[in-house]
Amino acid sequence: MSAETNKSQWHLRTNRSDENSLEVSFTGRWCLDQALPPPDLLMDELPDGIVHIIFRTNLSSWDSGFLAYISCLIKLCAKKGIDVEQVGLPEGVRHLLAMAAAVPEQKNVGRPHVKKNIVYRAGSATIEFLRGVPEMLRFLGEIILSFGRLFTGKTRLRWSDLWWEIEEVGPRALLIVSVISFLVGLILAYLGADQLRMVGAQIFIADLVAIGMVREIGALMTGIIIAGRTGSAFAAKLGTMQVNEEIDAFRTLGISAVDFLVLPRMLALMLMVPLLTLYSGFVGMLAGLLISSSIFDIGMFEYYHETINALELKHFMVGLTKGSVYGAMVAFSGCLRGMQCGRSAEAVGEAATSAVVTSILLITISASILTILFYQLGI
Amino acid sequence: MAKPIPIEVRNLTMAYGGFVVQHDLNFSVNKGDIFVIMGGNGCGKSTLMRSLIGLQRPTEGTVLYDGIDFWNVDPDEHERLKRRLGIMFQGGAMWSSLTLAENVALPLREYTDLSSRLIDEIVSFKLGLVGLAGFEDFYPAELSGGMKKRAGLARALALDPDILIIDEPSSGLDPLTARRLDTLIVELRESFGTTIVLITHELASILGIGSNSVFLDTQTHTMIATGNPKEALHSGDPKVRHFLTRGEA
Repeated sequence: MSAETNKSQWHLRTNRSDENSLEVSFTGRWCLDQALPPPDLLMDELPDGIVHIIFRTNLSSWDSGFLAYISCLIKLCAKKGIDVEQVGLPEGVRHLLAMAAAVPEQKNVGRPHVKKNIVYRAGSATIEFLRGVPEMLRFLGEIILSFGRLFTGKTRLRWSDLWWEIEEVGPRALLIVSVISFLVGLILAYLGADQLRMVGAQIFIADLVAIGMVREIGALMTGIIIAGRTGSAFAAKLGTMQVNEEIDAFRTLGISAVDFLVLPRMLALMLMVPLLTLYSGFVGMLAGLLISSSIFDIGMFEYYHETINALELKHFMVGLTKGSVYGAMVAFSGCLRGMQCGRSAEAVGEAATSAVVTSILLITISASILTILFYQLGI
Repeated sequence: MAKPIPIEVRNLTMAYGGFVVQHDLNFSVNKGDIFVIMGGNGCGKSTLMRSLIGLQRPTEGTVLYDGIDFWNVDPDEHERLKRRLGIMFQGGAMWSSLTLAENVALPLREYTDLSSRLIDEIVSFKLGLVGLAGFEDFYPAELSGGMKKRAGLARALALDPDILIIDEPSSGLDPLTARRLDTLIVELRESFGTTIVLITHELASILGIGSNSVFLDTQTHTMIATGNPKEALHSGDPKVRHFLTRGEA
């Protein structure tokens, strides 16, 4: 057997030296940059009755390609109970083969290969979710205890951290909140105009936009924006700290990581999301005013007057309450997923994704509960 | 015609903004050398490594591989030169979404036409060389720091590089594994003629296997000694002697 092209100058010859033995001679160049022959080929063509193989070499150059070939051949021979004589191999090859075999292969260290069908995966996901619930509750308990320590003066909140977080989650989010709220206000105005035109009551666009933005949609949109922008950032940051063992360092020093890392983030979001909600409502109403006056011929003063009449203090209270709850949900989800993060780059990515999904899920659930609650209370 | 020198560092200066880490570095690494770049913490060893492997352009000067100016060649040649290097990063730098076998196999699949069978065999062999046989299906996150480091060396060896650059090979390893790694480095030099650059401050490795060296000084921000590390034990410069004798001489 030999290579056909000029680049592949490997040669392999076999010679039956006696009834039981076969000499295998390797000559030429055996390197990684060639298309080397599969070792199984030699074994398939092995004459019957061979129990002993002798390697002979006269190589112009060799590298790991030759090593891998020989190593594979030796394993195949061992499987067939054929004895191999390696003396004819270059000294370097023998040394490296010995080094590779010096530390015995670790047996039974691999994980069992279970075929994961859809039922298995659904079951695993359910079990994983159920296992996560007590952990979530434990984390919630830790946060409540941390707040307790804060109000009783037993924890030292780093004010610089809190201010930094407030700036990060509040003022720096204004631009994206402005854009989204303006566009949502615009959509509401168009939606209202289309329906209200049929009953000749287009002036009520002002009521729809004002109440909708201040009471529900401002808080909801802000919550979702903050979930994507800040919740994921919390998870990624805490996750990276987990990877770098920074959180372990807190634990070993007996310092509560929740007090130090979670509390400032919770407070920052609980303070800033209601304010962003108010701001979002204002921008949405501004969009409604501009669209109504420029497209639907409603006077600016008329629109303003209708808005003032429509809004009551309770609408602001509802919006602010929802904003606070959504802020707390986002902070909780981001911090929870960050603290639960594994110790790899992939785990950080998963934590960030999971933080956003959990935030939006919790926002939606709490929005439904609060809406029913306020309805029942007549607010 | 004289054989080209595998690595030549010429008038190299590295800086971060206005802070000069090292300046006027001039040294050569000959074929088959086990060349040690040594110096105290923060002297710029890892920054020098980044310049050697193409991750950080030097502020001044350059690096030549076989006489080719690494930092001033066309991008294709630059990439070709990079493929001749095998790099082992300090923490292993294993790709976390791939198993150990996939990590080691990736360069082989990318740059060779070998069959999957032979690639698998090379992967097992390289992992065996670093004492990780049987861990093929493990993800880096499931390994200890020392194991990740050894897996990083297996990946660096995947393509049988002409030049192997290893950042802190023995730090964090138990003495037996560290010794085994040193033996492997020597064997690679003997068998493949690999030129090896070690960036380290582990005295056992420096004095045990180093054949040539450069000493980077933290205070003057330049090299203050070159040559065989064992000879450097008797260096006229007290800083070098202090370093190599743990402050006893």
